[in-house]
Parts: sequence; structure tokens; C-alpha cells
Amino acid sequence: MSKPFLSIERLTQTYPDGKGGTMTVFENASFGIEKGEFVCILGHSGCGKSTIMNILAGLAEPTSGVVKMDGLEVSGPSLDRGVVFQNYSLLPWLSALKNVTFGIKARHPDWSRDKVEAHARDFLSKVGLDGDVVNRKPSQLSGGMRQRVSIARAFANHPKLLLLDEPFGALDALTRGTIQEELLKIWSGTEQTVFMITHDIDEAILLADRILLMTNGPYARVAESVEITIPRPRKRTEIVEHPNYYAIRNHLVQFLGHRSKELAGQQTDADDLRPETVRIDHTQQDSAGHNPDTPPLRAVNH
Amino acid sequence: MLDNLSINQRAAILSLVMLIGGLLIWEAAIPAQKTAENLTEYEILMGLGQERAGVPPPSDVLAKAWEELSNPFYDAGPNDKGIGIQIGYSIYRVLSGYILAAMVAIPLGFLIGMSQIAYKAFNPFIQVLRPISPLAWMPLALFVIQDSEASAIFVIFICSIWPMLINTAFGVAGVRQDWVNVARTHELGSFRTAFTVILPAAAPTIITGMRISIGIAWLVIVAAEMLVGGTGIGYYVWNEWNNLDLTSVIFSILMIGVVGMLLDTAFSVLQRAVAYAE
Repeated sequence: MSKPFLSIERLTQTYPDGKGGTMTVFENASFGIEKGEFVCILGHSGCGKSTIMNILAGLAEPTSGVVKMDGLEVSGPSLDRGVVFQNYSLLPWLSALKNVTFGIKARHPDWSRDKVEAHARDFLSKVGLDGDVVNRKPSQLSGGMRQRVSIARAFANHPKLLLLDEPFGALDALTRGTIQEELLKIWSGTEQTVFMITHDIDEAILLADRILLMTNGPYARVAESVEITIPRPRKRTEIVEHPNYYAIRNHLVQFLGHRSKELAGQQTDADDLRPETVRIDHTQQDSAGHNPDTPPLRAVNH
Repeated sequence: MLDNLSINQRAAILSLVMLIGGLLIWEAAIPAQKTAENLTEYEILMGLGQERAGVPPPSDVLAKAWEELSNPFYDAGPNDKGIGIQIGYSIYRVLSGYILAAMVAIPLGFLIGMSQIAYKAFNPFIQVLRPISPLAWMPLALFVIQDSEASAIFVIFICSIWPMLINTAFGVAGVRQDWVNVARTHELGSFRTAFTVILPAAAPTIITGMRISIGIAWLVIVAAEMLVGGTGIGYYVWNEWNNLDLTSVIFSILMIGVVGMLLDTAFSVLQRAVAYAE
């Protein structure tokens, strides 16, 4: 099997527990992401999702294990890995436009001022920010607009890997829906590889090619990799009609509701724990791979 | 009628009323001095006909202000210079000491703010040196530097360094980690991070420190110049006291206030320019 574009190998993170011992958040987590793939990771708080994100971004060092991108080991932050933070992380003293040009100037120091600005305006308009709005400071923008600016800043730099850390967590449901579709729109034009943390199951199904499920910590691990067998382009209003939608959704809900707890804290001897691939597809009955986990879910179907 | 005016207009009217009222009370409170013709023989014998020093009425102060301000830059020898020249000397000393202090305090504050070790190592020195009255340094400065002009500048330096140092360190240490992470994920070097992220993020706190410093420096220069003498607004006040010219003393007190206010206003403009809302 050839190495995937991004390969996370035997990542372990431990923290001192304050009593002289150590607390293992996750151990020997391994998974891969292919180029151009949109992967979401779901799991309860405390399972180490954000830690994995920070390690991928290069903002934190794992206790052990490596992350390889394009065959090269990742160390420290890089422009090749763009990050959209949950709290937008826009620089409040710069206008929306300047926040985007800030990133582009770092990426392309040789570009002329006009070129940088045109590029920034182009990406801002892709997320629906045109005209005078781009000259406002972040404090004068709504939460949704701020996150749009943050997304534009990340996409404008064409990073090899885009990391989204619960980007819509602080937004209201209606705004979230609009921006999710804008994210899909801006993403579909590119071959951008995306790794995203979310708490929202529907959001994950709408956006992802594949969802990684984490068990609860401590000793959390990436237990399953669920393929989203719903064809693109997807629309929020339409995917609910798809025969696979509720099957997948139920599987995810069951996992987060029960099995993430049951599987928690199980230390296995295997030193390279790859997630088990789950494929739920009712459009082609019986041709899909049978998975011992799926039978109880079949009952929910039409 | 007042209802139609804005709050600012009403406040301005009230200020004006208080000013005029205050001046009238002051004017009325000064007892008129009798002129020689109205004195009894006994009073003349007792020497009461001579002009007595007293607190001058505001009309005298205004007349003095008009006279001084209509020719502020004359120079008629060491003890007779225009108010403009005296204030100019004071501002020159304040700015020299202040700029030197900023050149030390802001980079050092950056270092202390960025590094826990530097913070802990510098902290005891700062805590001991900060509460020392700047004038207490004067004898030592005069002895070591052997120059009264430079000693005055040193005193300004030592009094304005602390607020700037502490505020810079505080501002830099308080920069949100998210913004630093933005710089890191954009692969900015230390210098670009310092100038494009940390400096603008900490600027409001730094400017606040600078504003406090300039206020303290202006307070201290008057006292310092009373000690070192020669030129400056502090020396001018003391010199006029020695001349028993209370009109000039009151006039120069007012000028000290006006210049202090202008310095503070300049920094409040700067403060507004670097402020940001989160």
C-alpha cells in the first residue's frame, strides 16, 4: 500500500497529571489522508482532537510519533499547512482586507502590492464579502463574516493542507448553514486537502468524504473511518433525502452515544492502530463491504 | 432654552460660569491697598504706605500673561528671559530624558514581556528602583555626571522609564496566543512577528505607559529645575518667588498646567490612533 499524502504515524500524547504521573490522552494513533480529501474528525471533548490539530499545524509537539506530509516529516508551523481557528484569530487592528493580504504577503513576499490586493479581494468575494465591507475592522463584522474572512485568508494561501478547528462552533445555526455551503463552494473549485474538527454530525456528513471517529480519552484512539457515500455536489436540503443519509447518521450517533464509551480506555497490544474502515451504502445493496458493526443499523432503514 | 443645547454645549457654559465666578470671587477677595493720599499721618509713620506684597488679583495676572505672551522669546540676560524660552528649555530637557528612556524601556520591556526568565530576573530591581523619588537621584547624578544640565535630563530619564518599561512588558506578555499562532502558521520570523503582530497588539498598553511617563516627567522637571537653576520653567517660578513677583509665579503655574495638558493631549491622540476593539 502506497503511503497516503498525509500520514499520521503512531502519535502519542501524554501530559503530566499533576500527581507525579502521566496522563495519556491518545496513544499510537495512526491514520492517513489522501490528497484532495475532505476529512472530518468527530469525538467527545477531551479525546485529543484539538491536540491532533495543533500537532498537524506544527503548533504543538507530540510526545512521540511522527506526522509526514508528502513523505516529509512535519516539524514546526508552515505556510503549507493553513489553519482556520475556532475563534477566527483575525488581527483586530487590521481591516478584513488587510487580514487577508497579511497572509498572502507572507506566502508571496515577491508579489506587488496590487497583485496581493487583487488576490485578496478575489478570495473575499468567493466567500461573499464584496465592496465596502472588506475595509471594516473585525470588531465591526458579525461572527459569520469574521469566519468568512478567516476562511478566505486560509484558502488564498493555497496551503497543501487546510486545518479547520471547529470553524463554525461559535456561530448560530442559520449562519453556520450558509457558511458551510460557501465553504463547499470555495473548496470544490480546488484540490484542497482539508482536515476539520467538528462537533456537529450533520455538518460532518455534509462536508466530508470521510469521517474519523475517536473514542473517549484517556487512551483515546481513532477507532473508525466512515466513508460518506453520498455523491457530490451536496446540498443541505437534498442530502437528507439520500438513502444513505440516515444510515450513516445513525451509525455516527450510535458511535458517539455508546461505543465511544465502550471502546474507551482499551489498551491494545497492537502498536499500529489503524482505524477500521466503515462503508455504509444502500444504493448498491450487498456490493458494499460487510462490516460486523453495521447489522444493527440495517434495521433503521427503509 | 438650555434644552436645545447638546451636552457638550451645556458643559461648556457651566465651565465658563465657574471660571468667571471663580475669578470674580478671587478679585473681590483681594483687599485694595490704600494709596498714599488716603493714609493718615500715623499710617505713614508706621511705613504702611509702601507697597506690600500680596496675592495679586486675577486682573493683574491677566495683564502679566498678556505682556509675557505678546513677547515670549525675548532674552535680556540670564535672569530675564521670555516665558517661551523658559518653557522651551523645559520641554527640551523633558523630551531628551524621555526619548532616552523610551529607547531603553521599550526594547527592554519587549524582552521582559517575551521571556519569563527575564521577567523574573529583572523584577526585583524594578520593584526596588521604581518607588525612588526621582529627585533623590539628583545629588548622585550631579556628582557622577558633573553637569547640572545632564543631571536634570538624567532625572527625567529615571522617572519616565518605569511606567514605560512595566507597561511594555505587561502589554507584550498579554498578547493573545491566537495572534502569535497566526504569525507562527504564516512562518513570520521573530522580527516580523514583533513588528507586525506583537507591537500593534501591545501598542495601546505601551502608549498608555508612555502617556503616564510624560505626565510624570513634566511634574518632575519643575522640581528638578528649581534645584539645578539657570533656565527652564521651574527655575523661572523659583526666580520670581525670590523676586517676590507673585503675579509672575501665578502666571507661570498656569503655563505649567497648559503645557502639561498639551503634552497629555498629544499622547491621547496617539492612543486613539493605535486603539483597536476586539
